[in-house]
Amino acid sequence: MHQVFFWIFASVAVGAGLLAITRKAALHCALSLVVSFVALAGLYFQLKAPFPGILQVMLYAGAIMVLVIFVIMFLNAPEEDPSEKISKPGVIASVFLLIPFAALLIGVILHSNLPVPAAVAPDFGTVASIGTRLFGTWTWVFEVLSLLLLAALVAAVLLAKKRLD
Amino acid sequence: MEFFTFVGWLLDNPDAGFLPKFIGVAAAWAVGITVFVSVAALFFVWLERKVSAHIQCRLGPMEVGPHGVLQTLADGLKLLAKEDIIPEGADRFLFALAPILAFAGTFVSFAVLPFGPDLVIADLDLGIFFLAAVGSLEAIGVIAAGWASNNKWSLFGSVRAATQVVSYEIPMGIAFVTVAVVAGTLSLNGMVESQNGMFWNWLVFRNPFMPIVFISYYIASLAECKRAPFDLPEAESELVSGFHTEYSGMRFGIFFIAEYAAMYVVSALAVVMFLGGWYTGIAPVDAWVAKSALLANLVGAIVLITKSFALVFLQMWLRWTLPRIRLDQMMYLCLKVMVPIGMVCLIGAALWQGIAGVPADLMGDSQRPAFPVVGSISGLVCFLVATVGGWIWVRGAIRGTKSYQLANYKS
Repeated sequence: MHQVFFWIFASVAVGAGLLAITRKAALHCALSLVVSFVALAGLYFQLKAPFPGILQVMLYAGAIMVLVIFVIMFLNAPEEDPSEKISKPGVIASVFLLIPFAALLIGVILHSNLPVPAAVAPDFGTVASIGTRLFGTWTWVFEVLSLLLLAALVAAVLLAKKRLD
Repeated sequence: MEFFTFVGWLLDNPDAGFLPKFIGVAAAWAVGITVFVSVAALFFVWLERKVSAHIQCRLGPMEVGPHGVLQTLADGLKLLAKEDIIPEGADRFLFALAPILAFAGTFVSFAVLPFGPDLVIADLDLGIFFLAAVGSLEAIGVIAAGWASNNKWSLFGSVRAATQVVSYEIPMGIAFVTVAVVAGTLSLNGMVESQNGMFWNWLVFRNPFMPIVFISYYIASLAECKRAPFDLPEAESELVSGFHTEYSGMRFGIFFIAEYAAMYVVSALAVVMFLGGWYTGIAPVDAWVAKSALLANLVGAIVLITKSFALVFLQMWLRWTLPRIRLDQMMYLCLKVMVPIGMVCLIGAALWQGIAGVPADLMGDSQRPAFPVVGSISGLVCFLVATVGGWIWVRGAIRGTKSYQLANYKS
């Protein structure tokens, strides 16, 4: 049963990811990306890590993709412009350029001697375990990270502001 | 670990009799929820017409059935018989998919929404996050509908829907976090259980900040179901009927059912988070009912659904009372008013919770407040500071707006 679910989620995620980079209409790409994110969340759920899974749906598939779609609609780019057709020689050239990298990557993966991951704790990926780690063991790291986010936020406001006086 | 018991059971017990059991349980819940959603939607549509009619000193539907109760059924049959039109130049695949996405987003919410102590499909230990997550997926259906229709009004509607989503989700998320802090859990069942006892144990009365959080959540939830005064995506006086202008027949009907189901979902969530869920709010009655599991679930379901329906009625009341606000006003309200207020309430509620703890008369709770008097006094001080500070700030904010200055200029 696990195997079946894994292959369903994995193939949907990869298929939707491929659609996201091949479709021409920007909104189609965005929606395929949503599907891909939801399938990834399904994989997280299957690993019994519900919290990352829910965050995946809520933040990426929900909030961020709605923002992306919002931007796409506001820009309203002209879709399927015939002059922007992908040229065949370009595709062939890029595939040939890709082959050495792919060979390198596959070789490294095949020859690497990665340790077999130990079984995770039963509370892995639950809200409680992440919460106690985040606010117990790693409180100060968390606070420093939140400072970083705050700095990014202030920077965003500063950039969005038209006049600086 | 209480997590998605159903799916866990599904994955870990692939033994004999597994498939029939799985199909049986899934089918029972799916049929039950579908029937509930359809009947509730039919009832709400009828109620909406009656409420609007009575607010406008009319009678509303009176012909089909006593007081027109069967009017929606007749309308539903009409929708079923209507021609299904896909406009020329539309994105056919997305056009067909959009109503399904919108409906599924709402329908999935019922997976974690409890009806009674045991009447819940999955008591997720992050139930409220789940609802927030699928809520934003529903919006994607609405956006896709407008975009796929190849119609300017529809596109305007879905741009507005996207704007609305990015605006209301932030105050709503802050309200969720505040409730989680006060209830001490993310599970919806856990939230209800933290509100047992008398009705002053309900989270809305738990501390002085919670009523503000409740109102803030309620406003955001109106925006989530695209109800007036936030019905900008379908604003029928400006955009024909917004994102579903081009939809006809049952595709439109599915949007309609999804909207009314969403009204129930957000109202039931408000009841679960703030208004005691399935508890009647009278401790002896609840204690007596809790003796029998059957009775507890039956009474619990009736109480919860009644409370939710009352909140849905409130939504209708508001719709036929308030005018629609502009898009910039909606963004101003959500991002510049409700977010700061929500933040103040979050900090205040967290402080209050840390100092005062939980009420002493919660049934079967070991966590008693250390110094209730100290807690109450400090909480009162917090409340006064927040109120005075908030008042000064709101006044400043209102004076800064253009309409205020215009009004003053004229007079």
